[in-house]
Amino acid sequence: MRHTLAVLVENNPGVLARVAGLFSRRGYNIDSLAVGRTENPDISRMTIVVEGDDRVLEQVVKQLRKLVDVIKVQDITSEQYVSRELLLLKVNADSETRGEIMQIVEIFRARIVDIGPKSLTIEATGDEEKIEAIENALRPFGIKELVRTGKIALLRGSRTSNINGTKEEE
Amino acid sequence: MELTGAQILIKVLEDLGVDTVFGYPGGAVLPIYDALYDSKITHYLTRHEQGAAHAADGYARASGRVGVCFATSGPGATNLVTGLATAYMDSVPVVAITGQVATFLLGRDSFQEADITGITMPITKHNYLVKDPGEIAQTVVEAFYIARTGRPGPVLIDIPKDVSAAKAHYKFLEKVELPGYKPVLTPREEEIKKAAALINDSERPVVFTGGGVINAGAEQLLLQLAEKINAPVVASLMGLGGFPGNHPLFLGMLGMHGTKPANYAVSECDLLLAVGVRFDDRVTGDVKSFAPKAKIIHLDIDPAEINKNVRVEVPLVGDVKNSLQLLLGMIEEKKPEKWLEFVDELKEKYPLTYNQECGLKPQKVIEILYQQTGGEAIIVTDVGQNQMWAAQYYKFNTPRSFISSGGLGTMGFGLPAGIGAQVARPDRQVVVVTGDGGIQMNSQELMTVAAYNIPIKVIILNNGYLGMVRQWQELFHQRRYSHTELVNPEFVKLAEAYGIFGVRIKKEDNLEEKLWEVLKHPGPVVADIWVDREENVFPMVPPGGAINKMLG
Repeated sequence: MRHTLAVLVENNPGVLARVAGLFSRRGYNIDSLAVGRTENPDISRMTIVVEGDDRVLEQVVKQLRKLVDVIKVQDITSEQYVSRELLLLKVNADSETRGEIMQIVEIFRARIVDIGPKSLTIEATGDEEKIEAIENALRPFGIKELVRTGKIALLRGSRTSNINGTKEEE
Repeated sequence: MELTGAQILIKVLEDLGVDTVFGYPGGAVLPIYDALYDSKITHYLTRHEQGAAHAADGYARASGRVGVCFATSGPGATNLVTGLATAYMDSVPVVAITGQVATFLLGRDSFQEADITGITMPITKHNYLVKDPGEIAQTVVEAFYIARTGRPGPVLIDIPKDVSAAKAHYKFLEKVELPGYKPVLTPREEEIKKAAALINDSERPVVFTGGGVINAGAEQLLLQLAEKINAPVVASLMGLGGFPGNHPLFLGMLGMHGTKPANYAVSECDLLLAVGVRFDDRVTGDVKSFAPKAKIIHLDIDPAEINKNVRVEVPLVGDVKNSLQLLLGMIEEKKPEKWLEFVDELKEKYPLTYNQECGLKPQKVIEILYQQTGGEAIIVTDVGQNQMWAAQYYKFNTPRSFISSGGLGTMGFGLPAGIGAQVARPDRQVVVVTGDGGIQMNSQELMTVAAYNIPIKVIILNNGYLGMVRQWQELFHQRRYSHTELVNPEFVKLAEAYGIFGVRIKKEDNLEEKLWEVLKHPGPVVADIWVDREENVFPMVPPGGAINKMLG
């Protein structure tokens, strides 16, 4: 099963290497890892998607917590959360197919962000299902290049996974 | 007043109470060694940085204090790697300070540059690259705090040469605030209640003690608990000395080379109280058939050890001293007569034995060592057969009297760790038990022994083989002794070349008399003892097998 972890880390040099190294040397499989600064510049947040059964997840979470630079680890898989991923995709497009591609882009509420004589570059954001769907819809035209950011996620409502814990705010 | 980064480093070490460091100078640590020149800290110059790391480790294991070592950048730092990995696997508090090339040379593949923080990430509890002299004091205080608290472990601090040369104000603040590092010290009350109920209900309890008991200084509480419920006690290799080896409840070591009573008792028990252990594969054998009838209560300060290798019924995460104290208040006295009778029968039926009829037996050497030291020595071992015979045939009655590389199994550990142990405990007799293979992996440290006249006794159980590997070849590879026969130097002459007293003992000699001379000699001694060449360590659980299916 795939799990989504919200991981708060100190914004120190090498922290990404510590986390990534932990996964590789213990044989855990990272599906995606997205990292960026939070509202507090001293703290970064990683959203890690990892594949594994409950036993593997228990170890992943505990081993992450052992790292001195890791402030908090929360498995939000079973919680209500909003998740997004950003996709940039360059697809073959000539005068015959261009119209059809633009229709697909419209359906997915994506955007065309660049245009070339034989290609279109498309930006899409959404949850994993939507990203997979647009990728599949455009594949028949010939995908020239594709890049995804990996998943980021926030709990729904007023609940947070910040330092003070998961709690309903007043 | 402003000090250089190097002066700040030495000052903060002094303020933390460090009086001993092991190390080896070089270009990138020149400012640090210059500052050390004016310090009261005693520096032991080893002959290899690996020796410095193991010596700091041995110092820490023997004293319970943080061991400190210095090395220069690049090759100096990488030479610490085996020592740090050894300390990491056995949870030993060590702080390593390495020099680094100047910050403006970092990342350019400069002369003697190595990314030592990157290299040591998987084998240290934490590490630092300090880029501002004003941060050195705080970093060192943090490093010591991390090394010695929670589950202890090694911490490395890398200091570029320009940072140790630049100036800053010195301020000593002992308070440490790390948002991501808050060891849990006391287990939850409901878990303690559950554990106490399981103990009270058990009919065939066994206490399994590990290195965590010694780290926590919890041996007295463990003794009280075992005696209160009259539970037989087994130990991991790292746990030897955490419970008196001559106590009637003690069954010996558990696992691959554990005793038959220990392995059978664990296989039959209905409750295993595991204290400060991590269920290494050398202990459990086949995990599926480990303690199959038992509910397991696991006491450990590291939450990540819970359910890592075996599933446990009740986890007690916290300082084992606190956990044992709380448990003691909630458990009832008991004497499981039938179970104790069964265990006593095991002890009677399966004592540790070896064939005494032919040759000079290594087991005999250890037995005589035990008698002649009255069990009072600190035994530091290398790795392999010598280590297992020492673990089996010497009775360790007090903590920190058995020092051995358990988790990593580092050959070459014995001699330098023995140096560290003797420096830490000048009041104790320190005996290094090694093999002809192990001694040659760090024999250059004989010069350190000689230079500081460190009175350790080095006992080489010389069988002309990499004995343990040969044993596996004999048992599992049809006696095809591929590259395990050793051609050795004359160890007596080698010792003499360093100015150390050397003796050779052969089977026709009077072993007892000669060993007595070795132990009574006031200075360091190297004793080259020619033991029976193809003697094996038994009992033995074949790798991956169930621990109640032993050879020998």
